[in-house]
Amino acid sequence: MNAVRNFFHSIRVRLGKLPRWAQLVLWGLVVLLVYLLPIINPPFLTTTGSDFGAVLFSCAMYSLVAIGLNIVIGYAGLLDLGYIGFFAIGAYTVGMLGSAHATLPLILLVPAAIVVTMISGVLLGAPTLRVRGDYLAIVTLGFGEIVRLVLVNSGWTNGSRGISNIPTPPSIELFDIPHISWQGLTAFVDLETTTTFLKFSVTDSVPYYWLTLTLVFIVLFLDWLMQNSRVGRAWEATREDEDAAELMGVPTFRFKLLAFATGAAIGGLSGAMFATKQQFINPENFTIIYSVLFVAMVVVGGQGNRWGVVFAAVLLTWAPEKFRFLADGRFFLFGILLMALAIFRPQGLIPPKRTVRARKAEEEETEILEEGHAHA
Amino acid sequence: MDLLINHFWELTITGLAIGAVYALVALGYTMVYGVLRLINFAHSEVFMWGSFAAVWALMAVGAGKASGLGLAGYLVIGFVAAMTVSALIAMLLERVAYRPLRKRNSPPLIALISAIGASFALSELMGLRDKPLGWFNLENLRDYLGRPRENLPLPLQIQTKAVFPVFNYDVTNIDLIVLLSAIVMMVILDQFIRRSRLGRGIRAVAMDPEAAALMGINRDRVIRLTFLIGGIMAGAAAMMYLLKIGVTRYNAGFILGVKAFTAAVLGGIGNIRGALLGGFVLGVAENYGSALFGSQWKDVVAFLLLVVILLFRPTGLLGESLGKARA
Repeated sequence: MNAVRNFFHSIRVRLGKLPRWAQLVLWGLVVLLVYLLPIINPPFLTTTGSDFGAVLFSCAMYSLVAIGLNIVIGYAGLLDLGYIGFFAIGAYTVGMLGSAHATLPLILLVPAAIVVTMISGVLLGAPTLRVRGDYLAIVTLGFGEIVRLVLVNSGWTNGSRGISNIPTPPSIELFDIPHISWQGLTAFVDLETTTTFLKFSVTDSVPYYWLTLTLVFIVLFLDWLMQNSRVGRAWEATREDEDAAELMGVPTFRFKLLAFATGAAIGGLSGAMFATKQQFINPENFTIIYSVLFVAMVVVGGQGNRWGVVFAAVLLTWAPEKFRFLADGRFFLFGILLMALAIFRPQGLIPPKRTVRARKAEEEETEILEEGHAHA
Repeated sequence: MDLLINHFWELTITGLAIGAVYALVALGYTMVYGVLRLINFAHSEVFMWGSFAAVWALMAVGAGKASGLGLAGYLVIGFVAAMTVSALIAMLLERVAYRPLRKRNSPPLIALISAIGASFALSELMGLRDKPLGWFNLENLRDYLGRPRENLPLPLQIQTKAVFPVFNYDVTNIDLIVLLSAIVMMVILDQFIRRSRLGRGIRAVAMDPEAAALMGINRDRVIRLTFLIGGIMAGAAAMMYLLKIGVTRYNAGFILGVKAFTAAVLGGIGNIRGALLGGFVLGVAENYGSALFGSQWKDVVAFLLLVVILLFRPTGLLGESLGKARA
């Protein structure tokens, strides 16, 4: 473990010494590589059992979910077990306004989904965020299930038949990109399978992956801005000690509500992406078990670390697709994983720097106290 | 509205019967909350495993149509099997998911996450129960296990009979069995907590853990005992649930768990008599609700009730006090 840490640390130090332009170029290359993953189909990463583009789309979509839920759980410290409810509301907003009751274009549907989920986040949060933290978990769990039950039972949402013919983003067909296929470690250009640059269709998930990935980067940037602002500090203070924060003049309730609504909006955005990719949604897509999957992503990744939760989201989505034998038992494994992490590594696989810092400060404090004790 | 008025007594009695199930499961939430200040999220799976144990035990003894003395025998077997397995699962849960965290003084959020993990692991384990058959060449057991993701019916069949009328509704023998056995369990538990030495220990730890420890009470033992009692009650509830509903499945615990938790909060979490009252109130209220709005909205009514209580009276009907229940 230590060796691995030192290795990454030395890499970080060496990268830090590079000139600014070289760092930017390097980052640009990494981002480009991530965009090109479904074209390159790297040997080990590629899932053999299922379409790699679709798997990557899921990874990107769940990354969005994890970033959103991380704001609620990681930054504000509110355990939300009904996140799938917001995801469903986002998806259904797109479905209802795009196909079932109106035919708006997607460019209007996505903002609509964000606004509607944000409002529903405020509506759920305003009464419930005043209750104790552990009650909140149960109330949100109930909320997630209510959303599904309403979707199933209401004729207005087409009940269990669901909504089909959900609009896709507008296509601009410019050129074809051939994929690369591998035999062992030699690469071939596969001219048979091509992706038309920005043609959104059922058969090819790659453009959806690009679209969602772009959204992931935008949301990550906004997330970074928020966390490093007054808002982020207010969240941190509220999470660590609500009473103290309130005494220092932080309106904790308002900031908790803001976290809840922001998280909900991002959930709605990912739901919208899900709807437009699938083009068909029904209530079975939004069962409560996904809420737990989302919580698992945040907890496994390290609550409060945006890169950690993205890593966990990708890992927990990709692994069951890559290793098909995991697919059946994956919720069982996630359950065990959550329990094991809570016991052995509650800060998650990649904890945020703050936690590391706080832990070190705490250790120093106890050391000083113990020394003082010895002197006395 | 007419439905509610015409069937008022039927809705009330059947509501009380299902409410008894909620009440017994709610005990597990409320007692653990009393001594540990922790929502025992995985308690619903304790209930679910108990229901499977009852079904399998009755399959093993070849239960079928029964009445009279034979029925009594089958009921005893079902109850004992469910209560034993539920108690074992509850103890295992305490040992694996909660005790390591207690030793580390983890924050409540982490304990809740561990509980959620345990809950899903237990529920999914039941959902995957046919997997090991292939590994150990036990394919002939497949019929016995039922399809893992579908309903498993109770083999015991009881002829529904009207026993005595209450206004315009005839109370059936099943309602009567469920209600009577629930009341027996409740009275035994209530007296145990109020009068016995062990019950006094539980109340002492709930009231003030440190003072209780100073008075020579072994906190770990009290916690184990609390989980044991919660498990036994959940097992009894599981058998009653089977009598009333007739089938169980791997995720049967989820909805029932949220409802039982609602019942516990409704009565005042940590308060034993409150949980019992809350269970009955919830059972009846959701029956009235389903008569008013249609039965597909039954679960929604229960969830909304939970939100409303938390908003307007978070301490519940009887207040939060396991410790204050005096002998």
